[in-house]
Amino acid sequence: MPVRVQTQDFDVGSEISCLHKSCQITGAVVSFVGYVRDLSDNVAISQLTLEHYPEMTEKALENIIQQAKSRWPIFDALVIHRVGTLKVCEQIVLVAVSAAHRGDAFKACEFIMDYLKTEAPFWKKETSSKGEFWVEAKDSDELAREKWQ
Amino acid sequence: MKIKILYFARIKEALKFSSEYLELPEESLTLLSLKAYLAKRNDTWQQMLMGKLKVRGAINHALVDDAALIHDGDEVAFFPPVTGG
Repeated sequence: MPVRVQTQDFDVGSEISCLHKSCQITGAVVSFVGYVRDLSDNVAISQLTLEHYPEMTEKALENIIQQAKSRWPIFDALVIHRVGTLKVCEQIVLVAVSAAHRGDAFKACEFIMDYLKTEAPFWKKETSSKGEFWVEAKDSDELAREKWQ
Repeated sequence: MKIKILYFARIKEALKFSSEYLELPEESLTLLSLKAYLAKRNDTWQQMLMGKLKVRGAINHALVDDAALIHDGDEVAFFPPVTGG
């Protein structure tokens, strides 16, 4: 159940390949990649800084993966989340899930992402020409998580 | 009891404080009681922990609600709703 919180970038292709090769009966890998956007509320963003709560972050992500495994017959899941300062267009997060068939992998991937958005202790701060601002949590993310309950 | 408290993100910046050790006479207390105790320090603490903005709490790395009990040796954390991903 690999979970990695790191400052460095990651290679999606090799990560998916590793996840696939770790289990020969994998018939599907579904992945999600989140990127730094250039606009936030129509204001141009120059960079994003991600803070997290070491130890709790890893535990929260492992717990989310465990919950996904208990709901769907998936083989494995990988979450890589970057912290520190990121530029526009850089990769922030990768969630990849392997399973025998696509249906379970799609659902588990969305589930992990929805829970990550609302339970994993990361905080984003945006830098724009107007200054630095902490990103506010969205009600839509809470609603996305609630649909799984 | 002696506890460790951590602060993150907007709360850490406003309080100019990232962590502290606190000794209290109680053997245990709720997260809400701890927030109320800390909020008495000054207006900024009041605003950050008991104000209009949502605050989430964790005890020993697990998200908890206001009624959760804190015991000796626990690590408590206060932070805004999370915004990762």
